[in-house]
Amino acid sequence: MTEKLVIIGNGMAPGRMLEHLLEAAPDRYGITIFNAEPRVNYDRIMLSPVLSGEKSFEEIVIHGDGWYVANNIMLYKGHKIVAIDREAKTVTSDHGVTEPYDKLMIATGSVPFIIPVPGNDLPGVLTYRDLDDVNAMLLAAQSRQTAVVIGGGLLGLEAAAGLKERGMEVTVLHVMPTLMERQLDPAAGYLLQRAVEARGIKVVTRANTKQIVGNGKVEGVELDDGTIIPATLVVMAVGIRPNVTLAKEAGLTVNRGIVTDDRMRTLDPDIFALGECAEVGGHVYGLVAPLYQMARVAAAALAETGEDLFAHADTPTKLKVTGIDLYSVGDFADGDDREEIVLRDAAAGVYKRVVLKDDRIIGTVLFGETTDGAWFTDLQKKQTDVSQMRDTLIFGQAFQGGASADPLAAVAALADDAEICGCNGVCKSKIVSTITSRGLTTLDDVRAHTKASASCGTCTGLVEKLMQLSLGDSYNPAAVQPMCSCTELGHDEVRRLIKAKGLKTIPAVMQELEWKTSCGCAKCRPALNYYLVADWPDEYADDYQSRFINERVHANIQKDGTYSVVPRMWGGVTSSKELRAIANVVDKFAIPTVKVTGGQRIDMLGIKKEDLPAVWADLGQAGFVSGHAYAKGLRTVKTCVGSDWCRFGTRDSTGLGIRIEKFMWGSWTPAKVKMAVSGCPRNCAEATCKDVGVICVDSGFEIHFAGAAGLDIKGTEVLGLVKTEDEALEAIVALTQMYREQARYLERIYKWAKRIGYDEVRRQVLDDVERRKAYYDRFVYSQQFAQVDPWSQRVSGKDKHEFQPMAALSLQQAAE
Amino acid sequence: MNWHEIGSIEDIPARGARCVTTPQGRIGVFRTADNEIYAMEDHCPHRGGPLSQGIVHGASVTCPLHNWVFSLETGMALGADEGSVKTMPVQVVDGRILLGFERPLMAAE
Repeated sequence: MTEKLVIIGNGMAPGRMLEHLLEAAPDRYGITIFNAEPRVNYDRIMLSPVLSGEKSFEEIVIHGDGWYVANNIMLYKGHKIVAIDREAKTVTSDHGVTEPYDKLMIATGSVPFIIPVPGNDLPGVLTYRDLDDVNAMLLAAQSRQTAVVIGGGLLGLEAAAGLKERGMEVTVLHVMPTLMERQLDPAAGYLLQRAVEARGIKVVTRANTKQIVGNGKVEGVELDDGTIIPATLVVMAVGIRPNVTLAKEAGLTVNRGIVTDDRMRTLDPDIFALGECAEVGGHVYGLVAPLYQMARVAAAALAETGEDLFAHADTPTKLKVTGIDLYSVGDFADGDDREEIVLRDAAAGVYKRVVLKDDRIIGTVLFGETTDGAWFTDLQKKQTDVSQMRDTLIFGQAFQGGASADPLAAVAALADDAEICGCNGVCKSKIVSTITSRGLTTLDDVRAHTKASASCGTCTGLVEKLMQLSLGDSYNPAAVQPMCSCTELGHDEVRRLIKAKGLKTIPAVMQELEWKTSCGCAKCRPALNYYLVADWPDEYADDYQSRFINERVHANIQKDGTYSVVPRMWGGVTSSKELRAIANVVDKFAIPTVKVTGGQRIDMLGIKKEDLPAVWADLGQAGFVSGHAYAKGLRTVKTCVGSDWCRFGTRDSTGLGIRIEKFMWGSWTPAKVKMAVSGCPRNCAEATCKDVGVICVDSGFEIHFAGAAGLDIKGTEVLGLVKTEDEALEAIVALTQMYREQARYLERIYKWAKRIGYDEVRRQVLDDVERRKAYYDRFVYSQQFAQVDPWSQRVSGKDKHEFQPMAALSLQQAAE
Repeated sequence: MNWHEIGSIEDIPARGARCVTTPQGRIGVFRTADNEIYAMEDHCPHRGGPLSQGIVHGASVTCPLHNWVFSLETGMALGADEGSVKTMPVQVVDGRILLGFERPLMAAE
């Protein structure tokens, strides 16, 4: 019988532990996880890039929902464990779920330290620990007002930089005389402060917070000397404490953290602890490398596969603020038995300090120029005697043994067992051998197979140099990303060549552009089909076999293989006749779920594929056409009731929305296009997060574009103000046509517009009248081929084969 | 082997697929650009997606639900994913497609 492993907490340490465990002993345990956060495992180190906007949450997910399903792991999201019963060997969650265990892993992480001052519980006081904190900060940042970050350590500075990036005025308060004093000596701390201030962030050191002031919400921070710094947001980032409450209540030994032996076992042989909550060898840890080491050790202990023991090692600290290069590791306090070598270049803003004891490196601080960090750390780890190279040591590896200053040579000279990725403990030889043995050619592949540079990413440069060394000239990181593995060409190149060479079929494209596969793949075929549809609307015969199933059968496939159907409701307006028709269809076909969509229409879910044509026939009787809810094409035009009904409405937003939708429906686009028209700046149709939006104002129509409210959230950019409905329609159509002609397949408007520049879009569709006309005319021309209701075509028998099994073999027939 | 005729090669679009319902479950029948015919269970081992609705390219198909790619010849998942689909023997005789079943399709008596 499989044993039951229960894990409390779903952070990076238990996530990595599970990867090791599933590899070593895949079927040994039935695994259940309780996560107090309502989500999957994500890369907490990368929260700062999410805050600053350099990454989205989806990009930092480590294990998506599918991973848990595929590995048969039961994940309780949003369940906090409130009790461990060691006698009965069970845990109980705050929702009342009780789960028995054979082995228990406590990975409760840490809690942020809240300084005990009056006002620390006011709304607007946040900590910086998880995605909820980041979301709360992003919300607060929308005000573009003032923020105070208390704490000038790693987290505090990353939070400050992120908030500044988001448009807030930021002040950092730090209680010590210099920033990051635990990782930096005073000289580097000073340089760091200058670099932080150069980004427009105020820094106050020796700042003792007396209280947080405010009436009902945060208004400012008062210091000991009576100074009040106004703030609408206060972020406390003064440190973390291991979260040990649960373990303590269960009677486990707890010092600073939950005490474990060097195999991560607590005093109870069936209970393990790992991560930031664990204390091993008298140390607690907050950086990812030792936590991942714990994960390795704990997995080996659970799988009983090895004698891995946890061993303390100094971990380098790196600041993840773009443009500030900082690296520190080891012990760099002054002392009689120590010597130091220092290099300062004030003009270049470079400071390097290496601390030696008995001719061996024990600490390194690098600021402004950190490429030799890995090399210094390697010398320290191996306790290399550096007396022979003392004179040139500080200049770095390139100056040793007469080697050239070529950075590639420096990487080439690294020892095979030199650690490249500190987070994941990956050494040079592992990366090089994986690249060669598996024939990897892209950074993503190397990350997938070795995990090197897959966590905080600061060693990406080193990994790329290793790829360059292993692959030679064939590796070019700046090269265009190919469309897929069938070609070397990127999307833009393919689009250009389709026009330039007049290629009008998929086989012609593949032949002329030297495709490497005989008939493409599921990535390039839909893209090519779209490009040809968009570029040759009158000549190209749409290749349905190159469309995804949804566009092939004009409905949305669901997870159980049934389909959903959304008829068009122009501008979100409907009638009793339409609603009756929908109700009749729902009853007739026993449709299990009817749902109102975000785009002001009605979705019928759970329809059998064979029933689709009959459903459409009935809907068509009532005047419905396809809503293209499945298409990379025009989806909805959401509207408010405008001047028809609303006492604030300035114009007929409903009418304009319907006019746009009737004009543009049926057009294929690189990715879906959602629009909205609001009748006044109160913006009830939420036009400012759409691909294209219109806000009606007294003086005319303000046209917006490039918004997003999905994977990314982004307010729109203003295209411009026009006076009449006709002008508004012309500008919107021209914008859409420009997007249709230029964007890469699956690239939403906001990504495309950002890539080519918002001003360029304005120039081409607003300022340049002739160009706008030309775009408009080309769109209108292509619409005559596109505006055909696909549902009624299929009711009339088109693509019949899509909707019926080819044959139905039954038992009788078989018995003949 | 028990062979059953299911229709003509022309019933399936090139680079396309159809499904056949049988008492032993749904079978996807695939036709490549070169008019090769393959058959396999119409059920992706990942999340049960109907493979017959995927995009057919070369001698492989991409599942419509989460883009797993399977070899039509072996049923093995291609790329980084691991898993396999049970394939079935197929014969084409004069443009007619025959599916081979190991067990006879008989009602239990």
